[in-house]
Amino acid sequence: MSITREEVAHLARLSRLALSADELDRFAGQLDVIIAAVARVQEVAADGIPPTTHAVPVTNVFREDIIVPPLGAGVVLDQAPAAEQGRFRVPRILAED
Amino acid sequence: MDSELTRMTAAGIAALVAAGEVSAVEVAAAHLDRIEAVDERVHAFLHVAADSALRAARAIDDRRAAGQPLGPLAGVPLALKDVFTTTDMPTTCGSRILEGWRPPYDATVTGRLRRAGIVILGKANMDEFAMGSSTENSAFGPSRNPWDLSRVPGGSSGGSSAAVAAFEAPLAIGTDTGGSIRQPGAVTGIVGVKPTYGGSSRYGVVAFASSLDTPGPLARTVLDAALLHEAMSGHDPCDSTSVDAPVPPVVAAARQADVSGLRIGVVTELNGEGYQPGVITRFTEAVELLESMGAKVTEVSCPHFGYALPAYYLIAPSECSSNLARFDAMRYGLRVGDDGTRSAEEVMSLTRAAGFGAEVKRRIILGTYALSSGYYDAYYGKAQQVRTLITRDFEKAFEQVDVLVSPATPTTAFPIGERADDPMAMYLADLCTIPSNLAGNAAISVPCGLAPEDGLPVGLQVMAPVLADDRMYRVAAAVEAALGQRRGHPLLDEANGLGEARPGQEGRR
Amino acid sequence: MTETITAVPYDEAIARYEPLIGLETHVELGTITKMFCGCPAAFGAEPNAAVCPVCLGLPGSLPVTNRSAIEYTIRIGLALNCSIASWCRFARKNYFYPDMPKDYQISQYDEPLCTDGWLDIVVDGIDFRVGIERVHMEEDTGKSLHVGGATGRIHGADYSLVDYNRSGIPLVEVVTKPVPGTGTLAPVVARAYVTELREVLRALGVSDVRMEEGSLRCDVNTSLAPRGASQWGTRTETKNVNSLRSVERAVRSEIERQAAVLDAGGRVIQETRHFHEESGLTTSGRSKEEAQDYRYFPEPDLVPVAPAAEWVEQLRATLPELPSARRARLQAEWGLSDLDMTALGNAGALDLVADTVTAGATPADARKWWLGELSRHANESGTELAALAVTPAQVARIAAIVASGALNDTLARQVLEGVLAGQGSPDEIVAARGLAVVSDDATLLAAIDAAIAAHQDVAAKIRNGKAAAAGALVGAVMKATRGQADAARVRELILERLGQAYPLRDP
Ligand SMILES: [Zn+2]
Repeated sequence: MSITREEVAHLARLSRLALSADELDRFAGQLDVIIAAVARVQEVAADGIPPTTHAVPVTNVFREDIIVPPLGAGVVLDQAPAAEQGRFRVPRILAED
Repeated sequence: MDSELTRMTAAGIAALVAAGEVSAVEVAAAHLDRIEAVDERVHAFLHVAADSALRAARAIDDRRAAGQPLGPLAGVPLALKDVFTTTDMPTTCGSRILEGWRPPYDATVTGRLRRAGIVILGKANMDEFAMGSSTENSAFGPSRNPWDLSRVPGGSSGGSSAAVAAFEAPLAIGTDTGGSIRQPGAVTGIVGVKPTYGGSSRYGVVAFASSLDTPGPLARTVLDAALLHEAMSGHDPCDSTSVDAPVPPVVAAARQADVSGLRIGVVTELNGEGYQPGVITRFTEAVELLESMGAKVTEVSCPHFGYALPAYYLIAPSECSSNLARFDAMRYGLRVGDDGTRSAEEVMSLTRAAGFGAEVKRRIILGTYALSSGYYDAYYGKAQQVRTLITRDFEKAFEQVDVLVSPATPTTAFPIGERADDPMAMYLADLCTIPSNLAGNAAISVPCGLAPEDGLPVGLQVMAPVLADDRMYRVAAAVEAALGQRRGHPLLDEANGLGEARPGQEGRR
Repeated sequence: MTETITAVPYDEAIARYEPLIGLETHVELGTITKMFCGCPAAFGAEPNAAVCPVCLGLPGSLPVTNRSAIEYTIRIGLALNCSIASWCRFARKNYFYPDMPKDYQISQYDEPLCTDGWLDIVVDGIDFRVGIERVHMEEDTGKSLHVGGATGRIHGADYSLVDYNRSGIPLVEVVTKPVPGTGTLAPVVARAYVTELREVLRALGVSDVRMEEGSLRCDVNTSLAPRGASQWGTRTETKNVNSLRSVERAVRSEIERQAAVLDAGGRVIQETRHFHEESGLTTSGRSKEEAQDYRYFPEPDLVPVAPAAEWVEQLRATLPELPSARRARLQAEWGLSDLDMTALGNAGALDLVADTVTAGATPADARKWWLGELSRHANESGTELAALAVTPAQVARIAAIVASGALNDTLARQVLEGVLAGQGSPDEIVAARGLAVVSDDATLLAAIDAAIAAHQDVAAKIRNGKAAAAGALVGAVMKATRGQADAARVRELILERLGQAYPLRDP
């Protein structure tokens, strides 16, 4: 067993997914198989091989510090699930830390 | 006339429109009629924008009437994968969580299509957030393969491939993260292209895996694909990973269609066990054909390609777990459970649980796992190292040969439902296509016949070095021409999913 | 959250424990546009008016790095004696929060742009070299307004309203190494460091460094170890420290609290604490049931930043004279003692005096006006010196008029009042009020004779040799001439008139 149901539950909380008990059961089994399969990368990735994060290596891409007209509050709030006083209305936030 | 218009190539349509022999409005109307007639069965589209398509077509006709110059694809209709933002159409990515979302901005590709005078018919179905190989992961139901409606059209750009193969549009745009253009192209008997990473802009493409996602064309001919490739590509200052270099001369290469003297490598590792016999048969024939046309064929080993699939299923989920975090019910899209008592955290979790499908959830969890402290080095870090090994395999191979070839997929189109509950089996569909996503080089899938055992299309994959996209067009166009000549009619004339096969009839080109 | 521990008085705490402090300072850069998009970075727009697909994290949007933000950061690094990385990347810091549009923050993790520098400060005549661990870039979040419950507090709110105008504004985080050996001075050193850092940033012109507006924010790390212990204690991180005074108070308060915890045989918990401006105390942040796991990974949407050596040197050439060097130069030029310099600094008058000198005043005059009359005004009106409605050039002009003899100090103060009241330039006020020193002896003598006649008793005392009594007559004459007389000359004439004409003035 490379991943437990409890670990899946923890990962689901971390990724804000309110999974059902049924989903937890199913995903735990499937992820166990998948993780065993993907762990094969450890067979060949020896120390000293540099990681590739960008397929095509480019550096120093910048934009000049020049204003581009913003969208405007009306446009962006139009798609909001809830808005009030020109702001996005969101459920109560508990202090994060 | 209408049915003939929908069977034409994009190049052919553009020529007629430019010559004034047919109006862009007639072309658009013919395709909208076709969609009306068959899309209930094919389900290639999530949204059909008849009004805006006709408006765009009328604008082309006006421009022509005013004597203004038209682009090489002006007036040609297109199906746009629903992962590109569009200001005048919803953008859902095949997900409930974005149902009804109206982006306030156009993707760079969307804007380029509009400026090229291409008429966007609507938004094509896809696996949710481009995660899948069959469109079965679309929250709005699967698309169907025009060769056999009980089979998948591939994925994730399966709505795009189905639309083109069902003559609902001569052109489509998809995105290819692990094969999501080439694989659906292959299993529906059309051309699918993954350009060099960074060759086409990702701005306005709802991200799945940022370091892999590559927009590209789907078409019924190699030349059409090349024309669309040129129209949609080029440097974009809004995408930091966009390559600031001229678009490779793909249209010229497609017209050249000549492989004499070209060195072609057959990848040892993308063959053999696990491949459908009919796929190997057609692939081998295609290689022999290339040799007969003057190409120098050798076998080339890419020893780390066997590790591409596991590396991909670490890198793509990791990036997706982060990219999809923003769907949190706060600013746009679905919001579930906001009853005034629940916290933001609870509403986020309920919304994401309700709004995402199973495959998306699985990959988010897998990616969260791979990036977690304590696991990062063993999984994500190692996968990035494998990426280096695969890139080196390509570099070594391209020292010996000009292009590499392989089957585009291990099997032909599989039946809807067959792999739905078996993620690992589904992942195998991208076995041949993933290496080029990890290395960022260009690759194309071009039809190379039908598998004898099931009569379904097989794709030949041609892989070219980074920014040498033109090379693969030369090869694909040569194969297409030679096979077309041998067959005497377009391959798609034999597609009978809609009961419209035209066996023996001289194909119109 | 109630904490029952009674703090240990500061001196007792310091007698038993050695403090170790560290500071993380967030600075909002003063670029024209945001870090990764072209939205204006300025304050004051209507809510959500300065947002675009990128800083709102809309699906499909992509960041592109602001060149100025990189240049500002490199210049900060150079000014803090840091090494500039030849290659570094942005990373994603993943966590969910409603005011963070992408639910990850683009930051720098293990590859900061600037590393390993220092900033020298002086406290009570003692030099401290504060090591700089790193200077890195990140983006700011939106701002939440909490509705319901206790006013404006996140706890107990019914819901919140989010404005994303601030989302994506470039932030630089300056992280110090732990600063040992501060002893009882720890709180003051912390304050002096932030003060000096603020001066450096101001001199660089990279930020408006206003703590009240949040363009400069501090997190203060504090730990205690029993004196003579070989290991450092567990540190806490105090957030929400938004003024220089609070930096000092927060360190002091944490030292007192941690000493009490340790005295009681307890263990300091590694945690985030919040500083409360009103009480000067810190309270524990909500203890999370799960430790944060930010799942950092290299930002795939951005390419690496690889500043070429030539670029870095070009930027180095743009560095202005830094505050410590400038202070040393001015002190030498003005011939001031360390104490005088400190007084100028504490009063926030250094730049004003320097500018006044540049405008032509002597250093002595400039100091006299700013530390005297103008400081008094600032105190009375409860504003800062720099906020007074008078410019260094105007002060220099007033000093020049006095030096020319056309005004005396009394009249000059009237002119200054006029300037502060917005009545015009010094010259306009002099002209409008007809202010001028009365130096005509005949006019003065008439006023003096009138004063003597009105105050016979005082005059008698002076005639009897009590020269000190002359002050009352001088006052009467000054009053009669509406202050326009030269007081010294009046005194001289009074004494002369009353037979006490010996030289009172220096020849
Ligand atoms: Zn913006």
